[in-house]
Amino acid sequence: MRDESQPLPEPGQPDPSRRAFLKHSSALAALALTPPVALTAIDHSLDERLAAAFEQLPLQVRINGQAQQLSVEPRVTLLDLLREQLGLTGTKKGCDHGQCGACTVHVDGQRVNACLTLALTTEGREVTTIEGLGSEDKLHCMQEAFLRHDGFQCGYCTPGQIMSAVACVREGHADTPEQVREYMSGNICRCGAYANIVAAILDVKASGQKV
Amino acid sequence: MDINPKNQPVDRVDGRQKVTGSAKYFAEFALPRTAYCVIVGSTIARGTLDQLDTKRAAAAPGVLGVFTHLNMPAIPGWDAPVGGQADGPPPQPTAETYRILRGTKILFDGQPIAMVVADTFERATYAASLVKATYTRQTPKTDLNKHLAAAIAPSIPWMKDYSRGQAEAYKTAPVVLEADYVVPTEVHNPMEMHGILAQWTSPTSLLLYAKTQGVNATQRAMAQAFKLDPRNVKVHTEFMGGGFGMGLRTWPQETAVVAIARQLGRPVKLVMTRSQMFQLVGYRPHTRQTIRMGADATGKLVGLVHEATAETATYEDFTEGTVNMSKFLYACPSMQTRYRLVRLDRGVPIWMRGPGEATGAFALESAMDEMAHKLHLDPLEFRLRNYSETDPEHNRPYSSKNLREAYERGAAAIGWRNRPATPGSQREGEWLVGYGMSTGTFNAMRWQATVRVVLQADGSLLVQSAVTDIGPGTGTALTIIAHNVLGVPLDRIKVQYGDTSLPPAPTQGGSAIVSTVGSAVFDTCSAVKQTLVELATRPGAPLAGHQAEELALADGQLFVEAKLATQVAVAELLRQNQLASIDKTTESKGGPEQQKYSFYSYSVHFVRVRVNPRTGVVRVTKTVSVADSGRIISPKTAASQMIGGVAGGIGMALTEEAVLDHRFGRYVNNNLADYHVAVHADVPEIETITIDKPDYLLNPMGAKGMGEIALIGFAAAVANAVFNATGRRVRELPITLDKLLAVS
Repeated sequence: MRDESQPLPEPGQPDPSRRAFLKHSSALAALALTPPVALTAIDHSLDERLAAAFEQLPLQVRINGQAQQLSVEPRVTLLDLLREQLGLTGTKKGCDHGQCGACTVHVDGQRVNACLTLALTTEGREVTTIEGLGSEDKLHCMQEAFLRHDGFQCGYCTPGQIMSAVACVREGHADTPEQVREYMSGNICRCGAYANIVAAILDVKASGQKV
Repeated sequence: MDINPKNQPVDRVDGRQKVTGSAKYFAEFALPRTAYCVIVGSTIARGTLDQLDTKRAAAAPGVLGVFTHLNMPAIPGWDAPVGGQADGPPPQPTAETYRILRGTKILFDGQPIAMVVADTFERATYAASLVKATYTRQTPKTDLNKHLAAAIAPSIPWMKDYSRGQAEAYKTAPVVLEADYVVPTEVHNPMEMHGILAQWTSPTSLLLYAKTQGVNATQRAMAQAFKLDPRNVKVHTEFMGGGFGMGLRTWPQETAVVAIARQLGRPVKLVMTRSQMFQLVGYRPHTRQTIRMGADATGKLVGLVHEATAETATYEDFTEGTVNMSKFLYACPSMQTRYRLVRLDRGVPIWMRGPGEATGAFALESAMDEMAHKLHLDPLEFRLRNYSETDPEHNRPYSSKNLREAYERGAAAIGWRNRPATPGSQREGEWLVGYGMSTGTFNAMRWQATVRVVLQADGSLLVQSAVTDIGPGTGTALTIIAHNVLGVPLDRIKVQYGDTSLPPAPTQGGSAIVSTVGSAVFDTCSAVKQTLVELATRPGAPLAGHQAEELALADGQLFVEAKLATQVAVAELLRQNQLASIDKTTESKGGPEQQKYSFYSYSVHFVRVRVNPRTGVVRVTKTVSVADSGRIISPKTAASQMIGGVAGGIGMALTEEAVLDHRFGRYVNNNLADYHVAVHADVPEIETITIDKPDYLLNPMGAKGMGEIALIGFAAAVANAVFNATGRRVRELPITLDKLLAVS
């Protein structure tokens, strides 16, 4: 939503600056929180750097069961928040375009591509990453199955495959090999461990274990 | 005791780290004050950079530097070797020079024109979007098909024309085949993006977290580029999110990041974008091949000519073994090969899994299928009639070759007898069904490596090598080899790898690492065992009077094989001798026998496909791949290598093609949504078979490589199966449905 009384630049007259964005986007919480003195400075084009200082927004989210009170820029993706700010590097960046599934995490139990999820949209939600699924000493049954079936080689797509696999079983999409292949096709494995991944998922499903 | 028994499958030694996400890849090491680097690429493929406006970028929040040809810090040793190898020499410089951020000449699309560094990834990315450039654009030459006349013979002796027997003897044969085959540009696309994390730990020492298949090669390249003592360049790559060849050299942007990190006095991290993965870190070159083949009425090859012309950059000649396997795979008395390059306005290619042999096998093994059809012979039978018992290229024996058995076992497993003799004659519902097969082969090599082994008094074992494990399971194989020699239980063995602080190893590539580093582990563990035996058998010692040959090691006990009760615990032996450990470091390489024999691994691929005659859709429904690659050290990870080759092969056969818009010299499908690698739904039931017969002429484990052969030939098997299903011969990969429309 934007304030209709503040028309956006005409086509052909681009004004893509951050100043313009801040001024014109009344829906942005940033504006409400930005002190008038700063806005004046922005109006006078004093410094892009000043604008940046006010672009951090509060975020409350539970990550792997822990409540987090964070301050992030609106443009930060959940993936970059996890990897670059929280040190949760188990979630991988494979394309940054939602095309490979390496960044798959659970938000409120649903599998999502963290690279397509702006961090601020997880406000009040529960995020689970591979680190929250199990540990080296206490593997989740899906991690056990991947290990046993050698469902990986380089290991880079593996956390995303496992998070997706857990969701796949929970969704009820793991009844046949064909179904697993279809519902796991958003997770690319360039090493080509697919056959073993499918075997691991079917194994977990057949065991009746709670995932 | 046989120290090389048939090995049992074991779980990957680094598996727990990989399934829990605790395995750390290069971009995941947290160094305080790390700055983020983003590359701005050229939007033209050929021409000159006129103006570069970096003012807005430099003023953007958090920006620490905008580096261009105007202010790029000096790199004293720019002519550093690119390092690494797969099965031939690295790319050779031409008269043209490419130096990143040096000068205004643009040689390929996406060539870096600026590198923007800021304190966060988001700020660097935003600032990079503010860099504006103007160019004088020249029409780029990027289409191999249009510039075949400009083909040159590479100057490298390794690639010179080859001939034996009578020139063009194929023409004299009663049955002649001449056909052209095309493999398009394909891109490695490992899941992990390329890049580097560089920190100067002092004015003369460097710490690098790299995405390299050889930490020692990167160490050498960077030491030379910055005139450093190699010992002061530490490179770490314990985990690498796939390489497939792209990590076989040091890329210019890596060197640039190191220079920038020095200038800024803080660690700098570059993680490229997926689209830059198409532009800046190599690819499998678009290659046109011609096969001319003649056979007599009995199905014997009379003559063969294999010619290949591949794209390369204007600034480096990249060559690979595209025509190599034609020289020795079949017993053909007369044969010629010719390999040519066309220099285009493109980034330079680099070996991609299977490398040139995978490209070459598509042509040769498709042609074998075509000739068999002309001769009214079963294609498997045709290959058997031309089976080479000795190497016709070098006139020497093979060290071992069990290809015949591989053919037999693969044929039985796929149900080759069900293959319809007449193409297009078998149906399942509305689908046409066909079977195809092909052969793959690749050099089996053994290079040089050093390994340190430490047997501790508590009975545990430490094995150290700088080698990188890019995913094939090197660490697991080395653990098994150490276990086989010293009897230390698998869970008491720790293999450390992927770091230059460890004993030097070659770059991981060319399917040579188990053979090379595994042999060094074998030899060093054998030296440790020798010391143990000496301690145990000297006068007064627990096994005094026994000879070394009588003794064996298992489960941490040294015992007399004939008298199992006569034994001593390794730990006890060390304690008695007041030794904290036995610590050995040895260098290991192949001997003179390497000149007396020809060493190759072999694969046979069988596939069954269904083709929808109305839509042209091809589905691979079953595959059987057989590896004749010596003793299998780690059956579980070896099988994974094979199924990985099949997945890669399905992509190569059916979907993978990096498409260029030649008006701009630019990719139009430079992302994973448009460049289609195989996904779960594309990959069917896969059966893998290993012949598992040791070849002790190559190394003491009897193991050969299998990473390349897993892929080599596979695409031809699919093309041959599609022909069998439809009667339509597709000679240009990938076999997309447009090439099969109206097949019935």
